[in-house]
Amino acid sequence: MEITELLSSAVEALSLNKMRTFLAALGIVIGIGAVIALISLGEASQLSVQSSIQALGSNLLTIVPGSQSQNGVRGGLGSSTSLTYEDAKAIQASPQITTVAYVSPEFSRRAQVSTAGTNTNTQIIGVTPAYQDVHNVTLSSGRFISADDVNSINKVAVIGPTAAANLFGDGNDPIGQNVRINKIAFRIIGVTVSKGGSGFNNQDDVVMVPLTSAQKLLFGVDYLSSIALQAKNQNDMTAAENEVGYFLLSRHHLTDPSQADFTIISQADILGAVSSVTGTFTALLSGIAAISLLVGGIGIMNIMLVTVIERTREIGLRKALGATNSLIITQFLIEAIILTFGGGALGMILGTSLSFAVTRIINLPFTVSLSSILIAFGVSAAIGIVFGWYPARKAAQLSPIEALRYE
Amino acid sequence: MTAIIEASHLSKIYESGAVKTQALADVSFSIKKGEFVAIMGPSGSGKSTLMHIIGALDKPTSGSYSVDGVTVGHLSEDNLAQLRNKKIGFVFQAFNLLPRTSALKNVMLPMTYAGIPKEERVARATKFLQMVGLGDRLDHTASQLSGGQMQRVAIARALVMDPAIILADEPTGNISTVQAEEIMKIFEELHKKGHTIIMITHEPDIAAYAERIITLKDGRIISDKPDGHKLWK
Ligand SMILES: Nc1ncnc2c1ncn2[C@@H]1O[C@H](COP(=O)(O)OP(=O)(O)OP(=O)(O)O)[C@@H](O)[C@H]1O
Ligand SMILES: [Mg+2]
Repeated sequence: MEITELLSSAVEALSLNKMRTFLAALGIVIGIGAVIALISLGEASQLSVQSSIQALGSNLLTIVPGSQSQNGVRGGLGSSTSLTYEDAKAIQASPQITTVAYVSPEFSRRAQVSTAGTNTNTQIIGVTPAYQDVHNVTLSSGRFISADDVNSINKVAVIGPTAAANLFGDGNDPIGQNVRINKIAFRIIGVTVSKGGSGFNNQDDVVMVPLTSAQKLLFGVDYLSSIALQAKNQNDMTAAENEVGYFLLSRHHLTDPSQADFTIISQADILGAVSSVTGTFTALLSGIAAISLLVGGIGIMNIMLVTVIERTREIGLRKALGATNSLIITQFLIEAIILTFGGGALGMILGTSLSFAVTRIINLPFTVSLSSILIAFGVSAAIGIVFGWYPARKAAQLSPIEALRYE
Repeated sequence: MTAIIEASHLSKIYESGAVKTQALADVSFSIKKGEFVAIMGPSGSGKSTLMHIIGALDKPTSGSYSVDGVTVGHLSEDNLAQLRNKKIGFVFQAFNLLPRTSALKNVMLPMTYAGIPKEERVARATKFLQMVGLGDRLDHTASQLSGGQMQRVAIARALVMDPAIILADEPTGNISTVQAEEIMKIFEELHKKGHTIIMITHEPDIAAYAERIITLKDGRIISDKPDGHKLWK
């Protein structure tokens, strides 16, 4: 028998047993589809989190007030008042600190922002010009906060695109217009380019004002919520952490690091912490995917085994009419291969389009994990082929009459 | 005339658990080329069992058996497949058609294994189905046919490879007398053309078409004689 004959008879056998073919293929489609969709989504969310952390700025160190205490009792991170604008200026001016490029003192707090018609609750950040360098802020129009704005406590604001849209509507140019923050009018001097951050850290829904204006006019405080530092390069990160750490300790008249009233967090720390969270998330998804694969596999196995009696009789008949064992096994193998590869292809399409749809809806980068495809496909193909081939081989070893009488 | 089939001391014992059934006990006979033989005997006497062994579909527990001088017990699996495909046409007592498959495709199946090209397969299968009176049922699946029709499809399938030996296990068991006569006419034609035919039957009328009747009882041959009816003809 030629290969085309074998192929067409396998296709025919599959189309004659529509229910069996459908159920077996369903197991494969679901197994593969679920694995690809879940693992791709896991990887996509991990990528998204990493890229939004990287978007915070590169070579970034953040000093926050409060200590990283061992017993967790001493003041919560970022809640105390130990960091000041003077600290930031001193770090900037100190000749001992050689590895830091920019120092950005910041004070941020949520506040009510209004225009003539609208009213919204937004993150207000008091900044100095260094903020723009440290956090890679680019402007779509206007200018950023200048040193002069900070020195003169000017009532000016740079606004993120989301906040701009919320306050002024899409497409309206807010430059030169006024917003009222805590009832004080600020003139808008610039709009930033979208950073595309989503969810937990939306850097587009912010209003930036001079640090001094935020401290003195809006919130009446003299401390900072953080100082962001940019190291001169990647290899200086640890050196910068040490230089700044010891400098601040002595400035705060403290003798050893365990007493520190501030904490320095590097971008790597954040990335590590968040990665371990998203890693757990991905592991969880992989677990669910593995279960889907198992369920799909058991489905394939069941349907293959349930039809063994009928198929054994069929094999007995084919042998009685002159089919050789190798021909029968080849035919069944081809059937199983068509089934698993057809189902596998459908499963891939399903899984990929599912993860594509979901990533579009919740705004994640779209990736397809090759390893997930290979694993899922390998497992279901192996199950499909083994359970299609093994009973066929066993039946072919019987005499035709034994096979015809099989039950 | 030379013997086409030689059976010596064939026994078949079925073992299912502790129960042993002796279906055949020391059966020996030889059948000459071109003979038309009927096998008779009560139900359970081992007729089908013997037929399956002659058709190389099952193996005897002991004894040997040869077709055309070739000892079947020594053949490889592939040679057995070839023997079943080319030399023997088997009509099963239970028809054994592929379900959900058309009459035409069922009859084409043995030709597929013989590597006959598709056009010829279709033409020959159609011809043989017409011969058994099913020319208008080519595309009916096995489950859309009556018992008698299934039997006739099974007969067409057994004849389509033009085998030297035709083994028929109650080929007229499920059909009307008129149809049975038609089938027997086909068998007589084949007999005249020199095919060897072995047929199991319960009916003396049908057995009367044969030239020799072997009678089995409890797995043994109790009589083996020429058909008297034919002798006086
Ligand atoms: N697979 C089997 N396992 C056990 N016993 C079997 C098997 N096949 C047949 N037998 C037994 O062997 C004996 C002969 O069976 P066989 O089918 O040859 O009878 P038969 O003469 O063809 O009967 P019938 O006229 O009813 O078709 C019976 O007693 C039957 O029960
Ligand atoms: Mg019988």
